[in-house]
Amino acid sequence: MFTNFVMKRRLVALGGMLAAALFLAQIFTPTTTRAAEPLKIGFSMALTGALAGAGKAALIAMEIWRADVNKAGGLLGRQVEFVYYDDATSPSKVPGIYTKLLNVDKVDLVVSSYGTNEISPAMPIVMRKGLVFMSLFGLAVNERFNYDRYFQIMPAGPVPKEDWSRGFFDLAMAQGDKPKTIALLAEDAEFARNAVSGARINAKKVGLNIVYDKTFPFGSSDLTPVIRAIKSSGADLVYIGSYPHGSVGLVKAANELGLKAKMFGGGMVGLQFAAIQKNLGPLLNNVVNYDFWVPEPTLKFEGVEAFLAKYQAAAKGKKVDPLGHYLPPYAYAYMQILGQAVNKVGSLDQKAIAEHIHATTFKTVVGNVSFGKNGEWAQTRTLQVQFRDLKPNNLDQFTKAGSRVVLYPKSVKSGEIVYPYK
Amino acid sequence: MSGELLINAVVSGLLIGGFYAAVALGLSITFGYLEIVNIAHPTFVIFGSYVTYIINLNFGLDPVISGLVFAPVFFILGMALYRFYYTSFEKAGQESLNGLAFFFGLMFTIEVLLILVYGVDYRLVNAPYIGETWHIGFVDFPLRLTVPFVIGTTMALGVYFFLSKTFLGRAIKAVSQDRLALQLMGADPIKVKQYALGIAIATAAVAGSLLIIIGPVEPSVGRLYIGRVFAIVVLGGMGSVGGTLTAALLIGVIESFVATFYGPSWAPAVSFGLLFVTLALRPQGMFGRA
Repeated sequence: MFTNFVMKRRLVALGGMLAAALFLAQIFTPTTTRAAEPLKIGFSMALTGALAGAGKAALIAMEIWRADVNKAGGLLGRQVEFVYYDDATSPSKVPGIYTKLLNVDKVDLVVSSYGTNEISPAMPIVMRKGLVFMSLFGLAVNERFNYDRYFQIMPAGPVPKEDWSRGFFDLAMAQGDKPKTIALLAEDAEFARNAVSGARINAKKVGLNIVYDKTFPFGSSDLTPVIRAIKSSGADLVYIGSYPHGSVGLVKAANELGLKAKMFGGGMVGLQFAAIQKNLGPLLNNVVNYDFWVPEPTLKFEGVEAFLAKYQAAAKGKKVDPLGHYLPPYAYAYMQILGQAVNKVGSLDQKAIAEHIHATTFKTVVGNVSFGKNGEWAQTRTLQVQFRDLKPNNLDQFTKAGSRVVLYPKSVKSGEIVYPYK
Repeated sequence: MSGELLINAVVSGLLIGGFYAAVALGLSITFGYLEIVNIAHPTFVIFGSYVTYIINLNFGLDPVISGLVFAPVFFILGMALYRFYYTSFEKAGQESLNGLAFFFGLMFTIEVLLILVYGVDYRLVNAPYIGETWHIGFVDFPLRLTVPFVIGTTMALGVYFFLSKTFLGRAIKAVSQDRLALQLMGADPIKVKQYALGIAIATAAVAGSLLIIIGPVEPSVGRLYIGRVFAIVVLGGMGSVGGTLTAALLIGVIESFVATFYGPSWAPAVSFGLLFVTLALRPQGMFGRA
């Protein structure tokens, strides 16, 4: 009996020593032999609300990038994970989301939501933490912040407000029958006001007389009175900054009232979305509007078609834009730039990453991208495209060249303008 | 001020006002007669828009016809909704705060369900008259707005005459005035209220079909109309369908006039300003009971 007791005690002691040895081995094992923790990238995104159609499409593109980069080994040898929340296209939700991402979720990197109105509110939080902030389609957001770690993937140009509409005015003033007057109309939201503010500056520079200059409430039901007032002003050019709901109402009203102008369009968001293009069809003919990528032969950047094929497969059944021409390529590109920079720098040192991005020309699915001092593209590539010969209720026509002819800039021009609009 | 522009502004305002009347009609019944603050009413309108979209897309049926065909389904839904609301809140006397919270919750639930089922992309419909305009002299009648005006005002007038001339209609008007007296007249107030909410939700189906004719719809668009429909119902006078129709047309004309001559951003301020002045001078609204 005494022998059994001794044996038991020896066994217990042996077990304890083994456990202690394993525990110590765990602590002193070099980190390279432990599974690497994921690298978390945090952001808010419009998954509901007015811009959710594009926001959801952007998220699909970002997930494609994440899958691609993880397949290639991740960033800094760590698999990438997203931590994101729906900002419901509501600027007021954004500060709270980014505070949570940084203080509670403890993400390693942040990128922006989609759109000027949702990017601006995040800036103070991001700036306080000194983080690199890749942002997705914000117009002139950094104009007042002057943050040196802000980078904008939308190719507005070094003076974004003016560069955004420069092409529209260059085209107009290059015509033999030069316009003399312009009507400016902006939806009451930061992006649209910024776009029209730049147009106002450009209009004055080229000597146009501004005969109508108003704003309209976000989500207005009926814009027929506005178009009628513009029609009665007799403006040669009509430059509009608007969101999808307003853009559709204005295009329909312009056709219903027989608005005549030398050029009509400018900064109308929504005319790039497949569902709206299909529905409006021939009502869009001869509208000259901004865009960033269309299936014209002059815009076949390396990788973009392969990316779009992946996107279109991923978008099936998700009730989002089936074509993905507008936001998705740039959503993929802004993640490409961040990923390439992090891997090149070899750490999460935000200062080093920012300096690298400033100093580098990146190869992306939207072509070569380099940034100026203010984080905007060093050269503008905001396209002015004209809708041409569209048929009713036909989505397929937008997958082919010729439905949206690129008029500006010259470097990617694919056709000549039809002038006047009507 | 050009006469031509003025007349067109008034006509534009009447056209959009007819649509506003269609959207506000159901709320006029629930808020005015049943004293139910159905904050989810615009969301039912959006639900109606989506039903219209699906029918139009898959069967090519005209949007207005789709709305009318599905109105009875929405009627039954409204009746079921009232039965649930009565059993859960009204019977226990908890309709004021809990009932309001219920409709808030219902609003978000319907919106999220629409997102899950249909996604967040904008939806539009096709109809031969969308994009066409009638011209009578210098006056324009875009059919995209004229058809909703005709349907909306016809529906409002139809409900008005129903409430004035039929037994059930008069019972609905009576149930908010004196429930006991109504019971003594042989009408079951619970059943009457059930029919009333059914009618209110049925009008949302039709209003939804008109909304998607006018412009694109996505699940959160209903929130743009909450303030306006309550303003129309209150301005017109609680418990007055005729007042709702008048207020809707008036607000439409004021918005159109201000948008044409002074700038569209001023339009909501002026129409809500009218609401405040009216309530200051006549708290029961234009045609409400004193």
